[in-house]
Amino acid sequence: MSTDTPDAPADDTPSRAELAARVDELEESLAEATAQDDEKKMSIIATKGTLDMAYPPLILASTAAAFGYDVTVFHTFWGLDILHKERSKNLKLSSVGNPNMPVPNAIAALPGMDRVTTKMMERRIDDNDTATIEELLETSLDMGVEFQACQMTIDLMDYDEEEFYDGVTTGVGAATALQDMVDADIQLLV
Amino acid sequence: MSTEFNVTETLDVKGASCPMPVVKTKSTIDDLGEGDILEVLATDAGSMSDIDGWTAGTQGVELVEQEEGKDVYKHYVRKTE
Repeated sequence: MSTDTPDAPADDTPSRAELAARVDELEESLAEATAQDDEKKMSIIATKGTLDMAYPPLILASTAAAFGYDVTVFHTFWGLDILHKERSKNLKLSSVGNPNMPVPNAIAALPGMDRVTTKMMERRIDDNDTATIEELLETSLDMGVEFQACQMTIDLMDYDEEEFYDGVTTGVGAATALQDMVDADIQLLV
Repeated sequence: MSTEFNVTETLDVKGASCPMPVVKTKSTIDDLGEGDILEVLATDAGSMSDIDGWTAGTQGVELVEQEEGKDVYKHYVRKTE
C-alpha cells in the first residue's frame, strides 16, 4: 500500500477562488457552444438546370426550412436558371444520355425531341399536382431559405441581376459557399 | 369522429404532393398557439411517413394521431411551445 497522500495540497495547487473562476469560465464556454448547436443549418450547392434536377434542391430546402433549419442554397452554372424569373419557367428535360427515359438516344437526339420530352414531364407534373419550380421557389423564399446566385457564373452566362427572383442574393462567391458549408450540419452538392 | 381532443384548425392539402403537405403544415402551425391542435387532410400516401418524421425531428410540435382513411390521410399535430 502506498503511503502517498495525493489529497494533501501541494504548493502549486490552485486556490478555491481560482478553481471557482475556472469553473465559471468553462460553464460560459459550454453555454456558448450549446447555444450554437441549437441552430441547425443546411447548405446546398445547386449546379444543374434541367427540369428534373431543379426539384431536389428546392424540395430539400423547403422541407429543411419546415424542420427549422437555417438553409442556404448556392446556385452556380446551370443551377442559376432555377433562380432566373423567365428561364425557371422553361427548364428542359432531355432523354439523351438518360437510359431511364423511354426514348432511345438515337431518336432523343433529333431536333425538337427535348421539347417533346419536356412537355411529357410537364403534363405529368400537372396531372400529379406536383408543385411547379416557381411555386417551390416562392414557398422556400417565404420560409426564409436564402438563395444565392454565384457572381462568377452570373458574369459568365451574361445574366442581369434584375432577371432573378426578388430576394435572391447576388455578389457571392465560392468562399461564401464554403463558409456556409463549414457551419452547416448537412452539406449537399446537387 | 371518435377523437378525444379538440381540433383548433383544419388544413386541407388534398391533392398536394411532397413536399407541400409538410411545408404547409409548418406554415399553418406557426400561426397557432401553444396547445392548439392542427388537423391535416392529405391524399399524398407519403404524408403518413413525412408528417411523422417532421414532428419527430422538429421542436415545438408533437404528433397526436394519424388515421389512414379510405381516400384521405388525417394527421393531428399539437403545437407544444
